[in-house]
Amino acid sequence: MEQKTIKHKFSFWHVVKSLASGLRLTWKHFRNAKNRRTPEYVTDKNYFNQPEGLVTLKYPYEAIPVPDNGRYRLHNEIDDCIVCDLCAKICPVNCITIESVKATEEIGMTSDGTKKRLYAPVFDIDMAKCCYCGLCTTVCPTDCLTMTPVYDFAEVDIKNMIYHFTDLSLEQAEEKKQLLAKQQEEMAAAKAAALAARNKG
Amino acid sequence: MLAFVLTLVLLLSIVIVLAYAERKVAAFMQDRMGPTEAGPYGSLQAVLDVLKLLQKEDIVPAAADKKLFKLAPILIFAAVFAGFAVIPFTPDLVPAGIGIGVFYLLAIISLDVVGLLMAGWGSNNKYAMLGAMRSVAQIVSYEIPAALAILSAVMVCQSLDFQEISYQQGVLMNFFPGLGSEVNWLFGLEALGINTTYVGGITTWNIFRAPILLVSFIIYFIASLAESNRAPFDIPEAESELVAGFHVEYSGFRFAMLFLAEYSMMVLVSLVAVILFLGSWNTPLPNLGPIRLAYWTTGTVGELSGMLWGGFWLLSKTFMLLFLQLQIRWTYPRLRVDQLMHLCWKVLTPIALAVVLIAGIWRLLMI
Ligand code: SF4
Ligand code: SF4
Repeated sequence: MEQKTIKHKFSFWHVVKSLASGLRLTWKHFRNAKNRRTPEYVTDKNYFNQPEGLVTLKYPYEAIPVPDNGRYRLHNEIDDCIVCDLCAKICPVNCITIESVKATEEIGMTSDGTKKRLYAPVFDIDMAKCCYCGLCTTVCPTDCLTMTPVYDFAEVDIKNMIYHFTDLSLEQAEEKKQLLAKQQEEMAAAKAAALAARNKG
Repeated sequence: MLAFVLTLVLLLSIVIVLAYAERKVAAFMQDRMGPTEAGPYGSLQAVLDVLKLLQKEDIVPAAADKKLFKLAPILIFAAVFAGFAVIPFTPDLVPAGIGIGVFYLLAIISLDVVGLLMAGWGSNNKYAMLGAMRSVAQIVSYEIPAALAILSAVMVCQSLDFQEISYQQGVLMNFFPGLGSEVNWLFGLEALGINTTYVGGITTWNIFRAPILLVSFIIYFIASLAESNRAPFDIPEAESELVAGFHVEYSGFRFAMLFLAEYSMMVLVSLVAVILFLGSWNTPLPNLGPIRLAYWTTGTVGELSGMLWGGFWLLSKTFMLLFLQLQIRWTYPRLRVDQLMHLCWKVLTPIALAVVLIAGIWRLLMI
């Protein structure tokens, strides 16, 4: 658009004309109010190109879809987690707490074919501390820790901001620990027996 | 008594519609949605707001002048509401038809100022006081051009009775006692030789009977915006500088009263504008030869059809003016105090005086 210096004109007709153009402007917006902004995805051609109509959305009922690579609430697919602790180590604010228990035998496979050998009786992420840097998702070897498009998860009690991802109940965790302790005892006993046998021999 | 209750109910419903419309119109003009939650399209929002206000605690500040503080909202609303007494709603329905309605209206509306000053002074708050002083200065000033504009209409109509003025502006003119043999000429000029008595419709509205009244209508409309403290003349309430002006200390029921009074004032000034300039309850559609639109859309006086058509036209014209008031509020920025006084004393008042003079001369031509 061509830039022009704005000169103030105070003659009667100019004033009337500028008043009328103001009214026309609001009237135009009022008439266009029947149009609504459509919830387009960010890659859509129309995303930045909806000059007419109401721009606001009825938020909890409607929302603009968030970009796929946006960083919002974390989710851990615990079935795929090999409890390698990498995420907890890289986290700059230390908001991931992991406790691991070795399994007595192989537990299974993750969906990408990695063997699982550890249980995680505790896998907590404190979303209140998390700075959504996304580092944990990049280091995760099995891609089980991901960002979801959920950004509206305010809580009344801050304790509820700690998300528990473990799939073991307390009893199960206790049982696994005892199994491990028993196996280790047995192995220690077997080792001791083997040692004794060698010493004898 | 019945008229009192009916007018009050009518007024309350109009105000509720208006308060809802205000929020929706504002929202649409600013590309927002406005209320959407309460009821379909948020239509119950205004009702719920009123209910909420009524439940709230009625706080009277410790340092306030209690008597003035408590009395002010009642006085303000009573003054505005009393104005509705002389408004003719249909050809045969006036709450109190008195011969000097216009004069009474101007007098009783001025009482409003006393109430505003009481509210501002009684609150014992600097913002309230400033707001009340500005408000009073503004209303007193703008009453002059408004009254002059009304005066020009009164001169053309030769009557202070709203109902008589209404009858003059339509096909029913000869039904009014005393106007039996009057004749309406186009633009009020007999020399043109076009008799519009039986054409009616828009051709007999006051702005057509004497085109100079179009100017007085505009003057009156601007002045009435100022009198009801509407933007762009809302410096008495200037949210950003005076918090809310004279009603900053009010809460609960008393605030609801002030709110109601403000919106009633808007309705009242629009009604008066419609009655004096825009043909009152008369239809805008003229009789065109055999197509007797004016008669079809007027109904029969004294019967239900007359009542309904009259009320319909009056209210629809009023709502158009009210919409214009809303649109103006969301279009123009607020005037400064000096601009406000400049507009009133140096622009509107001289023009209004000239219009009164011309209207007088026009009336001489009309005879
Ligand atoms: S996103 Fe960043 S801050 Fe949040 S848990 Fe992952 S590494 Fe920690
Ligand atoms: S980096 Fe991934 S696999 Fe490793 S513990 Fe964290 S979530 Fe589990």
